[in-house]
Amino acid sequence: MSSNIQDQNKKGHAQPPRVVVAMSGGVDSSVAAALLVEQGFEVIGMMMRLWSEPGTGQQNRCCTPDAMAQAKRVAAQLKIPFYAIDAQEPFYNHVVKYFIEGYSRGVTPNPCLICNREIRWGLLLNHALAFEAQYMATGHYARLREESGRIQLLKAVDRSKDQSYVLHVLNQEQLSRAIFPLGEYSKNEVRQFAHRFNLPVADRPDSQDLCFLGEGDYRAFLKRNSSQDHNSGLIKNHQGEILGEHDGLAMFTIGQRRGLGLSSPDPLFVLEKDLERNELVVGTKEELEQYELSAKDVNWVSIEPPVEPIRAQVKIRYKSPEEWAVIKPEENGYAKVKFDRKIISITPGQAAVFYDEDICLGGGIIQTIER
Amino acid sequence: MQVKSNIFLDYASTTPVDPRVVEAMMPYFNQNYGNSSSIHYYGQQAERALEDSRQVVAELLGAQPGEIIFTSCGSESDNLALRGVAFAERRQRGAAHILISSVEHHAISNTAYQLQDLHGFEIEIIPVDQFGMVSLNDLASLIRPDTAIVSVIHANNEIGTINPITEIGEICRTRGVPFHTDAVQGAAHLPINVETLNVDLMSIGAHKFYGPKGVGALYVRRGTPIFPVLTGGGQENNLRAGTHNIPYIVGLAKSFELAQEGHQARLDHYLSMRDRIMNRILDKIPSSKVTGHPIQRLPNHASFVFKDVDGNTLLMMLDAAGYSCSSGSACKTGDPEPSDVLLTLGYSREWALGSLRVTLGQMTSSNEVEGFLETLPNLVQQVRALKY
Repeated sequence: MSSNIQDQNKKGHAQPPRVVVAMSGGVDSSVAAALLVEQGFEVIGMMMRLWSEPGTGQQNRCCTPDAMAQAKRVAAQLKIPFYAIDAQEPFYNHVVKYFIEGYSRGVTPNPCLICNREIRWGLLLNHALAFEAQYMATGHYARLREESGRIQLLKAVDRSKDQSYVLHVLNQEQLSRAIFPLGEYSKNEVRQFAHRFNLPVADRPDSQDLCFLGEGDYRAFLKRNSSQDHNSGLIKNHQGEILGEHDGLAMFTIGQRRGLGLSSPDPLFVLEKDLERNELVVGTKEELEQYELSAKDVNWVSIEPPVEPIRAQVKIRYKSPEEWAVIKPEENGYAKVKFDRKIISITPGQAAVFYDEDICLGGGIIQTIER
Repeated sequence: MQVKSNIFLDYASTTPVDPRVVEAMMPYFNQNYGNSSSIHYYGQQAERALEDSRQVVAELLGAQPGEIIFTSCGSESDNLALRGVAFAERRQRGAAHILISSVEHHAISNTAYQLQDLHGFEIEIIPVDQFGMVSLNDLASLIRPDTAIVSVIHANNEIGTINPITEIGEICRTRGVPFHTDAVQGAAHLPINVETLNVDLMSIGAHKFYGPKGVGALYVRRGTPIFPVLTGGGQENNLRAGTHNIPYIVGLAKSFELAQEGHQARLDHYLSMRDRIMNRILDKIPSSKVTGHPIQRLPNHASFVFKDVDGNTLLMMLDAAGYSCSSGSACKTGDPEPSDVLLTLGYSREWALGSLRVTLGQMTSSNEVEGFLETLPNLVQQVRALKY
């Protein structure tokens, strides 16, 4: 896409296209902004002010004062304007509530997906368009390609950094506005760009935790913010034997092994969270393995929704390996995914994302497993 | 992208330094660089520049040179006035009651609240009317025998309203209470003679009238009880320690001279554009109101609220469209809070969050204003449509 725009520019269009870059102060989005400036876009930097829990002294990791100061410095160095957009309330309503509600329904939600769809590529994109930008860019590692009138989402060239998993929720309208300047480069090349542009090379601290938890623990967060989920109950196995007690189902995730407080000759894993009985069902590694999952809210990002079953590679978590499966589309955005072999730790609430080699076909949210 | 040369319509925030002022300042950086406290020739030359500047400022204010204290900015002048007089009044006669208006600059209000929280002073607020103007009757009834100081802003930075300083000063004088006014905004556009205005203390800052940032002055009427806040050497009549910043003091004097001598001639330039902006915006933008007084306001100052508009987003869009404006509560971190002043005037949150301030400069042209007026209604509409 970007090369087309460069070509247009070279043809002498008076007004270069305007693009809003979502900046974090880190190396990736800074380099993304610098590349777009170099390519001749009129670039505007934006950063969202996201929600953090009042009274905890914790900052949302995506917009600490340090991160914002760094992003401002980069913007000033690139001579582009920079604006901080207030997204605290929508972020709470869409993302944080989704997280809290997910746990109270017994699943392990992935709020980053919702943030991408509703906040970054919702609220922020709306702002970009209101600022009369034609495009919005982020420092995500992913690529876009136009194929017979449809924009396809592709994995990044640097597979180890690929972020198509969290972008599979986007629609064509959003993708038609998207630019991912880093998709063609390796992390190493991006660092070299940072040196060449004289930009800060530090990454935002890479953390598995969610941005709105700050440095805090999600279990403690849930105890403070959810009315349910911290009643103690029984731990059982599939045979119905009582093995011990748990201190709240929300504290556990499917496949979890540690922190069960059980002694057993074979390691035991969380298989299931029985909300009705407030019971934790545990079992052996073999029992954790499954052939099948059901997904809802399936979004076919790169292709027309298929009618017939298709074969694809499937990722059941952001960092999990791909597994071959047959995906059978069902009505109302549901799909059944049948793996070629047994898969461990299929976790309701996380996304199953489907790939055809480079192409991210789409994905959906894993439903609670029926046994 | 190249840095665009945006149209600056935010002259109440600051102004460019007049080239004549820069020229006046230059020799004092590296030719006449002496310390005015030194005995030698260099010191004498510096002292002469200092006292010449003091003379110029005093004359423009209708004051005596010994009544002018140079400071680092308007905020420091406000701090010195409020803290210095409050502490002296309490020491001398046990007075520990402070009266400030509800539309003071933070340099006054936050200083007053610290005096209350840390030092045991009692703060009372003089209410204002819907235009942000202090009511004389309320003031008269609030003054007590133990009132240490009254401080009322001369012209408000956010809403432009000019207070009846002369009348307030008269009341304070009759009651024997020192009266301070923050004239940082007014000094750029209005005659501010300390005798006409009946003030005992008055703050100004150079960068509002085409002088440099980082220098201000406080007028202190002879005989006013006051302690220093910045202690150290004996500079500035023992009221403000620290080596004199001669180039900046020279810059303040020069710029103040240009401002006060030229303000009458610039009045028409400002008034016609200001009134056109106010009329046109009220006419073209639904659910819009002028904030502050419609007439008794700074000649270069137009301020508004728009219902259901995120004022910060509007400012960003204006910036992206090439116009640099401001709002009541400047916020660059995306955490909008409505301005205290607008809430005080009785605006609800849904109005107060949508504030816009347009302030004109000496070089602002009517073409620029027309371009701005063409652009703004459309942007307000876009911000209103930007729902999430």
